[in-house]
Amino acid sequence: MSITLIIFWFLSFLALLSAAMVVFAKNPVHSVLYLIITFFAIAGHYLLLSAQFLAAVHIIVYAGAIMVLFLYVLMMLNLNKETEPHKKPLIKFISIIAAGSLMLTLVAAFKGTEIAVVSNADPSIGSVESLGKVLFSEFLLPFEVSSILFLAAMVGAVYLSKKDLN
Amino acid sequence: MEAIKSIPLNYYIILSTALFCIGALGVMTRRNAIIMFMCIELMLNAVNLLMVAFSRYIGDSNGQVFVFFIMAVAAAEVAVGLAILIMIYRNANTSDTDVLNKLKW
Amino acid sequence: MEPLLIKVIIVVVLFVITLLVALYATFAERKVSAIMQDRIGPNRAGPFGLLQPLADGVKMIMKEELIPALANKWLFIIGPCIALLTALMTGAVVPWGGAIKIGDQVINLQVADLNIGILYIFGVVSMGVYGIMIGGWASNNKFSLIGAIRASSQMISYEIAMGLAIIALVMTTGTLSLNEIVMQQDAGIANIAIQPLGFLIFIVCAFAETNRAPFDLPECETELIGGYHTEYSSMKLGFYLFAEYINMFISSAVIVCFYFGGYNFPFQHVFAEFFGLSSNALSIVQTFMMFGKVFFFIFFFMWVRWTIPRFRYDQLMNLGWKVLLPLALANIFITGLVMWGMGKI
Repeated sequence: MSITLIIFWFLSFLALLSAAMVVFAKNPVHSVLYLIITFFAIAGHYLLLSAQFLAAVHIIVYAGAIMVLFLYVLMMLNLNKETEPHKKPLIKFISIIAAGSLMLTLVAAFKGTEIAVVSNADPSIGSVESLGKVLFSEFLLPFEVSSILFLAAMVGAVYLSKKDLN
Repeated sequence: MEAIKSIPLNYYIILSTALFCIGALGVMTRRNAIIMFMCIELMLNAVNLLMVAFSRYIGDSNGQVFVFFIMAVAAAEVAVGLAILIMIYRNANTSDTDVLNKLKW
Repeated sequence: MEPLLIKVIIVVVLFVITLLVALYATFAERKVSAIMQDRIGPNRAGPFGLLQPLADGVKMIMKEELIPALANKWLFIIGPCIALLTALMTGAVVPWGGAIKIGDQVINLQVADLNIGILYIFGVVSMGVYGIMIGGWASNNKFSLIGAIRASSQMISYEIAMGLAIIALVMTTGTLSLNEIVMQQDAGIANIAIQPLGFLIFIVCAFAETNRAPFDLPECETELIGGYHTEYSSMKLGFYLFAEYINMFISSAVIVCFYFGGYNFPFQHVFAEFFGLSSNALSIVQTFMMFGKVFFFIFFFMWVRWTIPRFRYDQLMNLGWKVLLPLALANIFITGLVMWGMGKI
């Protein structure tokens, strides 16, 4: 049991447990906090996979910005566990069966395949320098187009949430 | 820490699939629109994890660049989605998706 | 000695020093404000009032621990804990002094020399918003909530301009590791001469991030009672106030590392040769110089607080989005142009 394996099991357990709590927590603010813990666990996995830049960007973007946005909306809408409606128990049962069979199908699909793992793969592909080189050479067009995407999203978000002050 | 030596790729596939299915379960089970949104983010993250794992094990950095773009698109989507949600809440006074089944309120 | 043991020692020493500096920063603030307002300040507890922080600490511990009845109990307690945790974590990547050689081991006076040091700082600063938001929400108090929303929107607005100012710095230095940025300033010139506009933007954003005047609308006494820490008493309030001073200390340290050469001082090698100092002795002198610069910036933070009136909320957001963000973008553009002209790209 190497230390890597122990860390992997711990992070996976944390990620799965907090993901389950996201779905099953009654208070929406608790759901948001459990999702933040899930994001930290996934960032830990990224570090284990030598993707340091992605781990840092994941924390900054997801846990640091997107979740703050969710918390803002929750606080503005003032949702508490008393006002939280639930689906009928039959629907919950059926959806658990559906999600379970989805998981079985996906895992079975991968079971017979042989994935060609390169045993001496270069760990430095996760570093900032090499990712930067690839991003600005092969993926320059998507990078520039994503700036237009952000402009559209910003304009959309500001315009959609304006109050009509008539 | 070299995960590639001691953790088989299948472990990452199963972990990512489990996260994806928990996210799918959340979308099917919950009625609150914000929680559904968060479960969709969970599904996107499961896919991100799988792409980074594959990128590391095959030695191709395209996977990580794609994850970068998925994060960017997810951020934009959350911004616009939450703005739409706020507008819906202002008009309908509820965020319960089972109630919002009319085309025009 | 084992590397792990050395790291643990460095972590413990840094922790103790951070807490001590933050503690005496509260005292220094009162003395500095007193001098600027032509009065004396605390001078009763101990000689020259030097035991005043201890008296404050004992007072805070002895107060009653209140949790409002309808407040969310766990979130109420976690809020200040997150604030203090993120405040302390930022100091892990700052190089506090030169390398010390013991035998054949080279010990860097830095807890973690990450090659993504700057991104780590941004990650931790982004997490700092949660301490305030959760504290304000969990208080179940409208004014706390408004204060928390104002504080967190201020913090996330100014994070953007801060990040863009740092991008221009990263363009010129070509590295994200703080240790390398400091070492480059030893070999060349302090980054303030290369990035003056970036420094200006960064220090204004640092004021806003630490919720210090003139950006302290969320927590000043004349607005919204106490803002997000209205309902807090005793040690939880102590954590919030302490986190603010630790943030100030670490922000000063980061500013010194980025723009003022970190632990280097001018003509340090000539100085070392003149006095015949070994490299270890030079490292110790460098550490003292680093702390001297950091203390000057802490004094600068306090100086600005008692000089400039505070911003109104809309003026604050206007400054962050409509002034600093375009300035930071222009800074990146100009830096790129100059680097292209000088053939460095």
